[in-house]
Order: sequence, then C-alpha cells, then structure tokens
Amino acid sequence: MTTKYIGKPASRVDGLEKVTGKARYSADFKVEGLTYGFIVSSSIAKGKITGIDSSRALALDGVLQVFTHENVRNLPWFKLRYTDLDAPSGTPFRPFYDNTIRFSMQPVALVIAETFELARYASSLIKVDYEEETHTSSLYQNISKSFKAPKGKIGYVPPKSRGNADAAYEDAAFKIQAEYKHSAEHHNPMELFSTTAIWDNEKLTVYDKTQGVSNCQFYIGNVFGLAYKDVRIISPYVGGAFGSGLRPQHQLFMAVLAALELKRPVKVGLTRQQMFSFGHRPATLQKLALSASPEGTLESVRHEAYSETSQFENYTEVIVNWSATMYACENVELKYELVKLDTFTPLDMRAPGAVTGVHAMESAMDELAYTLKMDPLIFRLKNYTDEDQVNEKPFSSKELVACYREGAEKFGWAARNVEPRSMRDGKNLVGWGVATAAWDANQMPSRAKALLSIDGKLVVSSGTSDIGTGTYTIMTQIAAEILGIAIENVTFKLGDTNLPLAPLEGGSWTAASVGSAVKTVCEDVRKILLKHAVKTKASPFYNYDPNKLQIDSGEIFDPNDSSKGISVTEIMRLAGVNSIEETSTSGPNPLVGRKYTMNSHAAVFAEVKVDEDLGTVDVTRVVCAVAAGKILNPKTARSQILGGVVWGISKALEEESKLDHQYGRFMNHNLSEYHVPVNKDINDIEVIFVEEKDDIVNPLGVKGVGEIGIIGVAGAIANAVFHATGVRVRNLPITMDKVLQIAEDDRNQVAV
Amino acid sequence: MNSFSYNKVTEVAEAVADLTGHANARFIAGGTNLLDLMKENVARPDHLTDINKLALTAIEETEDGGLSLGALATNADTAWNELVERKYPLLSQAILAGASPQLRNMATNGGNLFQRTRCYYFYDTATACNKREPGSGCSAINGINRIHAILGTSEHCIATHPSDMCVALAALDAKVNVTGPYGDRVIEFRDFHRLPGDTPHLDNNVQDGELVTSIELPPSNFTQHFHYLKVRERQSYAFALVSVAAALELDGNTIKDIRLALGGVAHKPWRDCSCEEAFIGQEATEANFRALAEMILADAKGYGSNTFKIELAKRAIVRAFSEALKNN
Amino acid sequence: MKQETSTLETDDPFSDTLPAYTLVNLRINGQTHKLRLQPWVSLLDAIREYVGLTGTKKGCDHGQCGACTVLVDGKRINSCLTLAIMKDGAEITTIEGLADGEANHPLQDAFIEHDAFQCGYCTPGQICSAIGMFNEGRAHTLEDVKEFMSGNICRCGAYTNINAAIMEVKSKLENE
Repeated sequence: MTTKYIGKPASRVDGLEKVTGKARYSADFKVEGLTYGFIVSSSIAKGKITGIDSSRALALDGVLQVFTHENVRNLPWFKLRYTDLDAPSGTPFRPFYDNTIRFSMQPVALVIAETFELARYASSLIKVDYEEETHTSSLYQNISKSFKAPKGKIGYVPPKSRGNADAAYEDAAFKIQAEYKHSAEHHNPMELFSTTAIWDNEKLTVYDKTQGVSNCQFYIGNVFGLAYKDVRIISPYVGGAFGSGLRPQHQLFMAVLAALELKRPVKVGLTRQQMFSFGHRPATLQKLALSASPEGTLESVRHEAYSETSQFENYTEVIVNWSATMYACENVELKYELVKLDTFTPLDMRAPGAVTGVHAMESAMDELAYTLKMDPLIFRLKNYTDEDQVNEKPFSSKELVACYREGAEKFGWAARNVEPRSMRDGKNLVGWGVATAAWDANQMPSRAKALLSIDGKLVVSSGTSDIGTGTYTIMTQIAAEILGIAIENVTFKLGDTNLPLAPLEGGSWTAASVGSAVKTVCEDVRKILLKHAVKTKASPFYNYDPNKLQIDSGEIFDPNDSSKGISVTEIMRLAGVNSIEETSTSGPNPLVGRKYTMNSHAAVFAEVKVDEDLGTVDVTRVVCAVAAGKILNPKTARSQILGGVVWGISKALEEESKLDHQYGRFMNHNLSEYHVPVNKDINDIEVIFVEEKDDIVNPLGVKGVGEIGIIGVAGAIANAVFHATGVRVRNLPITMDKVLQIAEDDRNQVAV
Repeated sequence: MNSFSYNKVTEVAEAVADLTGHANARFIAGGTNLLDLMKENVARPDHLTDINKLALTAIEETEDGGLSLGALATNADTAWNELVERKYPLLSQAILAGASPQLRNMATNGGNLFQRTRCYYFYDTATACNKREPGSGCSAINGINRIHAILGTSEHCIATHPSDMCVALAALDAKVNVTGPYGDRVIEFRDFHRLPGDTPHLDNNVQDGELVTSIELPPSNFTQHFHYLKVRERQSYAFALVSVAAALELDGNTIKDIRLALGGVAHKPWRDCSCEEAFIGQEATEANFRALAEMILADAKGYGSNTFKIELAKRAIVRAFSEALKNN
Repeated sequence: MKQETSTLETDDPFSDTLPAYTLVNLRINGQTHKLRLQPWVSLLDAIREYVGLTGTKKGCDHGQCGACTVLVDGKRINSCLTLAIMKDGAEITTIEGLADGEANHPLQDAFIEHDAFQCGYCTPGQICSAIGMFNEGRAHTLEDVKEFMSGNICRCGAYTNINAAIMEVKSKLENE
C-alpha cells in the first residue's frame, strides 16, 4: 500500500453523489418559505420601453412583486460597480437600470410569486410597450465599421506582426487565400442557470451556478452595496458551464434584488430559451493568406479576424495570435477587429478564440499543403518550431512531434492516399484529416487551506469550482500524496466564498493554480508533522533530521531504517496537538514567464464518412494525441479530452445560433433546434497523452486539459471532409447542403 | 403557461361532453407537444380533458385484414407491436425515426396527428406568425427558413408538419376514425391535414369537439420493399429536413404498386398519387426513381436557405427506393 | 379538437383565475406522497419542488434533453412534459430509488468506474433512461444503445464512457 496518487486513474471522489442524485446543483437547495421568480424578456432588440403594465400579474393571489426599471431604485449608476472580474472594457449591462433595450431577450421584468407555476403564469400577463429603433445585427454586413480591438479583458493579448507578409506572399511560388465564417454559438450547459438568495437582514447567502464564487461575491457586494463579508456564495456542483459561468448572469442579480427587497428567500432560474439571452461565442469572419516555397517552407501568414461585440462592451479573445506561434514563419501579419452589434456581449466559450482561429489556420495549412502536393502532416512537420517567434522565447516544453508521431501511428495515417475522393466505403466517401492545436498553460495566484485532525482526516479547501473537470478528484489526489495519507482520509471542499480565494475556474489553469496551492499547503502541514516527529520527546524520531523522514500511508518513517515508525495521528497525540491548520498561497513564477512560453499542444486525426448523395457527414474515428505536461489523473483527463473532441465535432458539424436580422434575435433558442451531438453522433474516439516532462511550467508540471481537446478537431474534420469529397467547406457548421454545394446563403442571415 | 381546469374522463362520450362549456378546451393524452406549447404560451387552453383512461389503446386486426391502431396506444407500443412490425414495417421504421425513446413512450398515435409545426416563429410569441396569430404576418418567408416547406406553401405560411409517423400513414393510405358531438366519421388520411392557404392557423380538418379514436390501415403488401429515410442535421433526436416513406410491390423488377410520401417539406405529409400511378408498370431503376422524384418536386419552391431541400429531397427519394429494393 | 389561435391580447382581462388545488397521490420510489397540487404542476416540478427529490434534473423543460427522465410503471419518460396530476397512482422511480438498500444499482457503480459523466447533471436521466432501455429489451448492440440513448443529451460529451458503462452492465444482466 502506498499513497502515490498523482498520475493514477482514480475514479471521481464525487462520483457517488452524482450517480445517486445527491449532488446538489444551484437549483437543488430546499429553503423554508422559498419564493420563485420568473423573468420577462424583451421581444425587441433595440428601443425604449414606453410602458409596463403589471396590474394583471399583481392582482393574482400569491404574486408578491413585479420588478421593472420603473420601480427598482437605489442601484448604483457607476458602471464600475457592475464590472466583474471577467468583464471586457465598456459598460456592463445593468438590469432594470433604465428603459433602454440593448439586446433581444433583455430582462425587462421579474415576477416573484409563491410558486414557480404562478410566477410563470403571471409573467405572461405583463404587458410591455416598446418604441422600436432600427437594430444592427449582421456582422457580415457591417465589416466596414470594424475597429481595432481594445485591450482590457483578462487573457487578451493584442496580435503582433513580424517581417513583411505582403511582399513575401507576392513573391511566393505557392499560395492560397480563403475566407472562413463562423456562426455564433451558445454554451448550453445542461444545467439551467439558477440562483437561490436568502437574506437574513444581516447576511446574504446565495446558491448560484458559477465558475467563480468570489466573482459573484464581488459583483453582488458592489452592485447592492453590501460588505463582501456579508455575502456568501455557495456552488458545490456546477452542471457544466464551458465559460458561461465566468460572468454573473441575469438570474443572480434578479434573485438577490428580490430577496433583499422582499426579505423572503427567492429562487430565480433561466429557461432554456433565456439561456440564449446572455454571452455567446461570437460570430466571426476570417481572412487568411498563406504562401510557401516549392520545398514547403511557410513563407508568409496573413490572418485577419472580424468579430462581433455588443454596443456596450468590447469583448475580445485571442483568435489570430495562434497563427504566429504554431509554425515557423518569418513573415506574419495579423489583424483583429471588432464590429458592434445590438446583441448581448459575447463571452468566453471553451477554448475561446483558439477554436475559431485555429480552425481557419489549420484549414488554410491543409489547402496550402494540397497546393504544394505535399502530405499535410509532413508539411506541418516541415514548419515545426521549438521557438515562440512572437516573443522570441523557447517553449518550456513542446512534445508536439510525439503527438504527431503517436497519433499518426494509432490512426494509421501512413496508409493515407493523398488524393481527394480516393477512399470509399459503399455509398460513403471516406476522408482523413489532420490538424494541430495549442493552448496556453497558465497559472494564477490561488490560496488553499488544509486542516488535519487528530483522527487522521484531512480537509483541504479552496474557493474554486468543479464544472465537471474533476477538480474535486485531482485536488484530493494531490493532497493525499503530498501529505502521505490514504485518499479515503482526504476531503476537498470548493465552491464557497468562506473558503480561501481561488481564481475563476477557466482557461485550463485550475489544475496548475489551485493544484499548486494545495501542494504548497500540504507541504506546510507535512513540515509541521515532521517537526513534531523530531521535537517530541516520546517520538521514535526525536532529534532526527526531519529531511530524512518520509510520510506514506499515514506513517512517518525513515526509509533507511525500517525498525522505527509512528503514525501521523500518534505523533499529533504525543505532541498534544488536536489539529494542524495551514493556509498557503501559490502563484506563478514571473521569472519563468519572462524566459519561456508555456503551451499545451495536440495533434488531431479525424476520419469522416460522407454520404456521396446526401452530403451527410459522420465522424467515424478521431485520435487526439495531447502533450499537456503531467497528467494528474488519466481517467478524468481522458474524459476532458473526449469531451473536447465531442465539442469539436459539434462545432464542425452542428452548432449554430441562428440570428434573425428582422428581429435581431436568436431564433433556434432551444435544444431541439440548437443542435449539439447526441449519443448516436459519437463514434470511436481515442485519446493519447504523450509523455511530456516540464519542470518549468509550475511545481506540479501540469498544463491543464480543459481546452486543448477541442481546438484542433474542427480543422481536422474540415480537412477530412475535403479529403473525402474534394469540397472545401470553409463556413462552419459543415452541413449537407454545403458539402453538396447546393446551399444558398440565407438571404437574411448571411448576406455579405 | 396559463391557468386551466382539468378533468380526467373514462368514457369516450364523457370526453366529448367534457369539452363543452369551455371557451378553449383541449384533450390531453401524452402531452408531449401540448405542454411544450403551453409553456411557451403558444397554446393557451382554459380546460384540459385528460383522455388517458379511455379504452383506446388496442392494436388489432380488422375484418378486411388491415389493422386498427388505438388512438391512445403509445408510439413505442405501436412501433414495437408484433402485428405492426410484421404487416406494416414501414410504419415501425417511421415511428422509431421520430423523437426519442422517452417521448415515444409518452406520445400517442392520436396525438401524433395533432403535432404542431416546429417553425421557430410559431414557437416564439415575440415574432409575427400567421399560424399562431392570424394576420400578423409570416416571419419565416424572409427569415431563417432552413427547416421550412418547399411544397404547397402560401404567402401566409411556409411551415412544415413535423411528424414521421404521419408520413408513413400517408403512404399506407390510412384512415382516421373520429367521434364527436355530431357522431362518428372517417377521414381519409390525405384529407386529414391541410395546406396553409389563407387559413394557416388550421392544421387539419378535425372539427371542434371531435376526438380521434383510432387509425385504420388497409391491407398492405408493402412488407418486403420499403424504407423510411430521414435526413436531418444530427443522427438522432432531430426533426427531418426531408424524410421519405418509400414502398414498392414488385413483379420481377417491374413496379406493381408504389408509394411515396415526403415529410419535412410541406404543411402536411406530402403525397401525390398521380406521380405514383405514372410509374406503375415501369422498371424499378434508379433512373425511374429520379424521374419520379423530379415529377413530385416539379412545383417545389425554395425561400432561400431551404432551397437546397428541393435537390436534397430528390436525392433522398432515389436513396429511399434504392434501399427499399434491397429489403427482403 | 380546438385549434389554437388565441393571443395574449384577446384574453378577457377580468378572468384571471387560478387553477383549483387537487389531492394527488404520487407514488415515488415506493412511497406515497399526498400532495395538494394545481393541475399546472409538471411531474418534474412536483418531484423536485413539492416532494423535494432534487436528483431529477431540469435541463430544458421541453422534452429536448432527457435530464428529467424518470421511470413510470417501468417505462422511461420525460417528467417535464407530463402533469403530476396525470400520474396520480402510477409507480414512479427516480434516481433516488434505484439502489437496493445500501447497494447501488450496478449501472450506478459502472458509471463511476467508467467515468461516464463529467459535470453529472445529465447523469440521473442517463441512468434512468438506460434502465428503461434495459426494460424495453430492444437494444442488442452498441449501435442500438447509441440510438436508444440518444434521447439523453450530455453536453460534457461523455457518451463514449456512458456507452462503456451501459454495455458492461447489459452483458452482466444478460448473463445472470
């Protein structure tokens, strides 16, 4: 028996609660005297509310209040009070602030009633009159109004060009240029956003769906003028989020507003339809031009992206920068601009920016490889780089070649005939495609607490969240191994502002950030235990050098002398301590960041079968080979990559939020018409973690696996579709009409 | 969802009588579409008559060798009924292509006929829709109409009927038995659903207060060569962009009898008997199937993003018949 | 059969009455719950908000995701698209009722072992749905399972592992 847990495929420690229905998500908290809220959403995209008649709703027995901009007062006007930690530059949306409608489905009223059904019914009786103004909702028709994306959002780095791409392109022997369109997408986690707020006249307790309890605490404290210490946000389980929980959503504001005003506990949830009323992955137009020498050396890259944002905030994400670091190239020109539309501000959605930019870049690389008549994998290897040419720094580690090699081998890439339409299976054309992926390996400052009790139980905690990523499990593994006690004796707690401060759960940085804090705090506890072992007279290790001692399976021992040993609990008893409690902080080493670029990488190989007559695409096989440093838990990490691949298939073939420009409104606002994959859509997916040792990136050597799995998939599938059919579909999703080349641009949707 | 009263009935006569005295009473059986629409405030009944206790679940052979499907038999029980599987496998296939296992366990045969369109605008009270609110306009004609109709449309409505089951029922010449305040009557399936014309708010020709009691299938020889093909944007649990119910009776390779009905392309399951008749006596070849496809879609009209469905439907027809030929 | 054309505006503004309460006996996991309910309460909301069994989840409230799947008289249905009053007296099984005393249903253990979930929100529906599928006896191959489990969306994309868990338990149950 040993307590080596890091790197082992442990089952989820929260698994039992999840399979028995005991795991409690935001809407699952039963509170005495609970009231229910239902939000009324605007029917127009732009204009003014000229009147709201709530009289029929208020006349119903059991309806407690209807909140609108007309009766909500005493809220701060200062925009910074609404600025959360993930807000881009601009003025955040302020619910019930005035009578202006800024986007379709904007919350215009909140009904509170004794039951959910009554609140829902009452909401249908509220009459809202509008004075409509002409809205702008088409990105493609307004490209001429684009402007340079401003700085200001967490994670955003402006693009940096180098060399002279135009001149190199002009002179090059082989070149391609192409445009790529991506529709808006909505996160649609399975769990609907819901908040339950309880005000006891002194303190506010809030159960919320969020990827950052502290962010919600900060926002609620600022907006409602409460001391942070009097606002407790609790979120032990999150039913998926994918970025949608990075900013406080409408229902949080609504529930707190009503609870403070009515002095009753309030639950407000969004309907699935209303899940289309907040942030989304932005629609984009990308223009790429690549050129190469006859030998296949990439000579120029020009990558422009035009992305939508709202009228009130400047949402930015890193779309084009990847094209400057993924391959060696002397001449790179990048451009990233925004277009303001009368829609809600876009929001980070799983691998924000990279999913968009890398799909286009990897498709373009494939196009250029075909122009060169070169195998697309060999073309990528030929332009491989170990240096980040943008910042002129080496990578802390980069086992991408191993990803290509192991992935290609597992997939059987060597047997590929490079000719399009060369492979067939009955009525199906078969195609194989490859793409590369990269993502940042970031670390954020984080705190963690450890409490070891005399019964040998360790409770470690941090105010982070587990959105299905496996945070509970990997933190438990880290704590158990570092301290050297059995995993059954360790409990990890998260999702509560009473716990030590952790960063937003996103960007694939939680394992590195919170994991490092857990490691540090458990090392601190371990030191204290060993100190007791050598300072306590009755200890067998009295006066020993603590550096020679180890702890495993709850036993303190000297590896060079098996004759002695003492349990952790016994030494605590002998030392007269009932518990050991430590809180520690861990953060990135700024020196390392100055010297190295830290990325995770992946190579994705996809096989598609395309029905030659009907144009339908089935992704029959995907191999995703990932280099992401140390894999803390291969079981949960594999699940993350499987999920990423499913998301990539979804992006490539299915997802599209359809915006009607007559109304400036997303019309397929439900799970019947907003398609995400069902079980039948998913076939064979193989995940490979290549060996990658990285002592530089952070003390745990981990890079995170939340985003790297999705990034290359759409490109690999698009390239496979080309290989199968000879048709290059550049606009996602790849639907049968585009494959068959019988698609007509939706006259209202994509009229460029 | 609005406020309504509720009553559970046990006899057919009681069910019909229960509707009277209410301005807008509705029967509820599976509820899968009605409750969905009520939650969107699209359907706003003031009274629900729960008919689930009526003895209308039997699936049994008729005297003429056909089959009677009880209106309250669930879609799942129907698709997996031994008689249906053996005598009308096309119907089984079509039902199983629709919705999800959970929904098929709830949805009834009668209710399936009354499914309302999945048009985005019909479902969203913030937009204009002549079907939901006559005279308000059709948003789909100049809007997002990828899922909309290409046959039998009008300037007032381009919605489609979403059912899979009904496509097979149309192909199989079903009849619908209804009862009501004015007695019993039989509606030929082709007369059951309506085209939008200038009354798009009316989906079918059932009168106020009438109740479907059963669906009758005449004897059929389409047990060998049949295929239900559903083309959609994911592999399951999605409505059809185009679906095809194809059935053949062959004499050697000569078409003795042929059936073709289309789903996802019109306000009703689309069938054109004159097209079928033109191919009786012809050879069962891909070229003839393509000619049949051209004929049935000759008057098809696209509205922009759904225009591709015209060609897609033709290809789907050819594929469905090719698959039907393979069956034994 | 009435065909709907009514709009909010045409409703009589003075007729806003609320539905009457009725006594409904809900048999959930072998226990009878006597509830006073209005007819507009869905089975899902009755289970969650009135009985307090929150294992059954609301993912869309429109029969489009499967998170609310429960077994009624052994058959899987979407509890969001039926009214509680319509299930008076029926035997309802939710995720909380699958264990046999202290022992989990084998599918619950297999889901943990195969990591057949990530966020866990769709899991109760997936498990109830799979048991409903076993009861139907129509899924024989992996391809069948994929089709017959397609009424349960998992946005985390755990299908590969869900299917592994189901196939393992399916073969175990068939060999018993």
